[in-house]
Amino acid sequence: MVALAPHAGSPPRHPSAARRPLFRRRSAVPGFALTLGTTILILSLVVLIPVSAVVIRAAGMTPEAFAAAAFSRRALHAYYLSFGASFLAAMVNGVFGALTAWALVRYSFPGKALVNAIVDLPFALPTAVAGVSLAILYAPTGWVGGFLAPFGIKVAYNPTGVLIALIFIGLPFVVRTLEPVLRDLPIDVEEAAATLGAGRFDTIRRVIVPAILPAWLTGFALAFARAVGEYGSVIFIAGNMPFKSEIAPLLIAQELEQFDSAAASAIAVVMLGVAFLMLLLINGLQAWARRKT
Amino acid sequence: MSLTAPSAAKIGHPNIGREPLWVRVVVIGVVIAFVTLMLVLPLIAVFAQALSKGLSPFVEAIGQPDSLSAIGLTLITAAIAVPFNAAFGVIAAWAIAKHRFVGKSLLVSLIDVPFSISPVVAGLAYILVFGLQGWAGSWLIDHDIKIIFAVPGIVLATIFVTFPFVARQLIPLMQAQGVDEEEAAASLGASALKTFWRVTAPNIRWGLLYGVLLCNARAMGEFGAVSVVSGHIRGLTDTMPLHVEILYNEYDFVGAFAVAALLCLLAIVTLILKAALEAFQPEVAANAV
Amino acid sequence: MPYDLEHKASEAGLTAPSNALEGPPPEDRAAVSVRGLKKQFARYPALNDVSIDVRPGELLALLGPSGSGKTTLLRTIAGLEFPDEGQVLFDDVDVTYASAAARRVGFVFQQYALFRHMTVAKNIAFGLSVRKRKDRPNRKAIDARVAELLKLIELEGLGKRYPAQLSGGQRQRVALARALAVSPRVLLLDEPFGALDATVRKSLRRELRRIHNAAGVATVFVTHDQEEALELADRVAVLNLGRIEQIAAPDVLRNHPATAFVAGFVGEANRLEGAARGGVFRLGALELAAEGVADGPALAFVRPDQFELAGQGLEITVERVTLAGLITRVDAIDAAGHRLEIALPRGTEAGALVHGAKVFVKAVGGRVFPAT
Repeated sequence: MVALAPHAGSPPRHPSAARRPLFRRRSAVPGFALTLGTTILILSLVVLIPVSAVVIRAAGMTPEAFAAAAFSRRALHAYYLSFGASFLAAMVNGVFGALTAWALVRYSFPGKALVNAIVDLPFALPTAVAGVSLAILYAPTGWVGGFLAPFGIKVAYNPTGVLIALIFIGLPFVVRTLEPVLRDLPIDVEEAAATLGAGRFDTIRRVIVPAILPAWLTGFALAFARAVGEYGSVIFIAGNMPFKSEIAPLLIAQELEQFDSAAASAIAVVMLGVAFLMLLLINGLQAWARRKT
Repeated sequence: MSLTAPSAAKIGHPNIGREPLWVRVVVIGVVIAFVTLMLVLPLIAVFAQALSKGLSPFVEAIGQPDSLSAIGLTLITAAIAVPFNAAFGVIAAWAIAKHRFVGKSLLVSLIDVPFSISPVVAGLAYILVFGLQGWAGSWLIDHDIKIIFAVPGIVLATIFVTFPFVARQLIPLMQAQGVDEEEAAASLGASALKTFWRVTAPNIRWGLLYGVLLCNARAMGEFGAVSVVSGHIRGLTDTMPLHVEILYNEYDFVGAFAVAALLCLLAIVTLILKAALEAFQPEVAANAV
Repeated sequence: MPYDLEHKASEAGLTAPSNALEGPPPEDRAAVSVRGLKKQFARYPALNDVSIDVRPGELLALLGPSGSGKTTLLRTIAGLEFPDEGQVLFDDVDVTYASAAARRVGFVFQQYALFRHMTVAKNIAFGLSVRKRKDRPNRKAIDARVAELLKLIELEGLGKRYPAQLSGGQRQRVALARALAVSPRVLLLDEPFGALDATVRKSLRRELRRIHNAAGVATVFVTHDQEEALELADRVAVLNLGRIEQIAAPDVLRNHPATAFVAGFVGEANRLEGAARGGVFRLGALELAAEGVADGPALAFVRPDQFELAGQGLEITVERVTLAGLITRVDAIDAAGHRLEIALPRGTEAGALVHGAKVFVKAVGGRVFPAT
């Protein structure tokens, strides 16, 4: 029944089966050359060539012109604000994001499913919408701003407003990188610590924190990297005053509005450099996290 | 290998919250307060503003020709950018997850580049290639093709910022699934296309949908990159997020927040579908960040 | 590729299809022939000049420890891996660089690789239903073929189940049926019982033999379990470090191992380190014929049942005595501290075999190889 009928198909008799093909077959899964070639082609056209255009444009400037654009006092202040506010926002998210992840993994409470779903809102909500909404909330006449105004606290149109916007867009990163790690923490390690006489807070400090530290730092770095480049949610609430509340991406946009693409490229190269360093850092952190788990 | 195995996500650790009750209450309280202040309140504020003068100004604002054309342009942009990136994601994931080669991790990092670049820099990059002074500038003028300050530029910028979404969703999923089923299909005589359509595609469809969902939300909501290349021509190169900005800067708050409310609905629908997918196909959520 | 449903000669009987169709008798022609295969992995050679012939209708085992290259060899025959050098021939036609899809082999994966979103019936039908239109049997013919195979693997009625709803043993049989559905020229199984527990393993071994006989197709399976290989296969190829050490029938392998590795790996022989001189192996007072072995350090492999109690010979200390059916198993230790396993017919000198007793044994058989 399952006979090897001699007529039922024969191996391909064309000579190419016998000779080694020009590109040696590497895998039984087909389509490698085609898909890899297409991937590299599209990646080059969409990402690599345009991004290199920025670097090449900046490289065509004289060192003096480059420095004048990239390291003007106004630009330096913009970096200071962008990096500083991003760092602070990542810190805030590091704390509240960790608490949120902890509560989501370890506790059950009413509305947990809702909290879990809405944590991703900053991924789904257009940044411009977040921007106008936060601006109107934190304006001196807004629900939150009006509440804070009597105490002399000004948020909107102020560096603090930048911070609020960056907290908003970075919030999911720490939660979502910590969550799976917390969930996979073996309970028996904690139980072992407890049976060895460690108090609950000792256990958290000496067993849990070291285990989740790489993931926490990764989440922090991701939130920071995202915040540094953020534009849409910030510009509505920041007030955008040079030397006060002007972020680096906005400065690029403004140079472009002046049709000074060289100056814009110079600032962009500084931003790209920082993004590249962050990428290296994040890769390193993730490699560290993998070794730990 | 079984799809029915309970996921760790659902089991949780109900019995080891051994912190004292007051600690638990404080932590939960802080989390709920923080999430409410930072996430829920902005969402409510949008609808409150949009409906502050009642329903009919809201409807009227959306019915404005400029608003309608912004909605149309946003839909067209997403309709081009999302399928493009979905196709790219499938092709890239096939090469990366199903084959071994040198330089794979570099390639994965390069695909992720748009996530670590400021959208404004992305817009600048496209201006430097396609703008008047750009590399392709004179060629484009000679052939009377307009990209920057026109719809093609908006589509290209959107493709750039949403480029990695589907690929980074599918790569880990397809790596986890391995090549056994594809090898089995090959040994049973299936051609490359049949192997893909009949074996691989059914295994990745939910992951693909998940990636498309996130990609679409970002494509419809992108602001920075699009803002740089659009030129803000009302009724022509104005997407919904850009239209929000224009109306807001004109102090037309009802109009701005009416369009913003539509985008909020998009976000809410995205979150609901995402949560449903995660509940129904837990393995797709492996790479939410 | 005509589809032959009428060819049911073997359905009633369990014989292979008549080789009258094939011309020369099976031993003279190889269904699959592998010549001088070499393949280098990043650090070590996976295949180092491997040649082997698979005869029509035979059941051949590739036996070896992990890393011996047996799975690489199987996957190279299937077209799932490609060699650096050498040839793979199917019925004397070179298919070395042909794709897996073009080879028409049946491959059963270690984890079965069933298509999880397809029913059992769809899984089995897959190889037929993906053929080009002109070669594809019609639906009725495919359904009939699936029914026939479900009957062969004794899973009638489970065609509508999904793989996740089956036990491990059932999945394995479905994988087998799926591979057989395309009437493969050769059936290849990668550790077919590796993922199963011990009891299922045993019954599936008989099952595989039955299905092999019914299908009559040359079959190659990979295993690291020598008992499995010796019990099931017509011939066994022993691999070590990417080389074939010996290809032979199970009893030849057991009684006439060609190399020290085979002697040590197959069966449960005791390994004795001594010296050969003048065609005799000596370890203490134990002597063993070692014709043709050059003088110098040598290794003797003596199976437990090749020892006998004697008045003189190798002195051993009894550690533990186990009664197993008609055999008394003795774990012992010799003067140099080497462990020995000895199996004696039940009742032999039973009184003397107690813990701590010192007795003498001699070897009545065994194989000697020069130590390298």
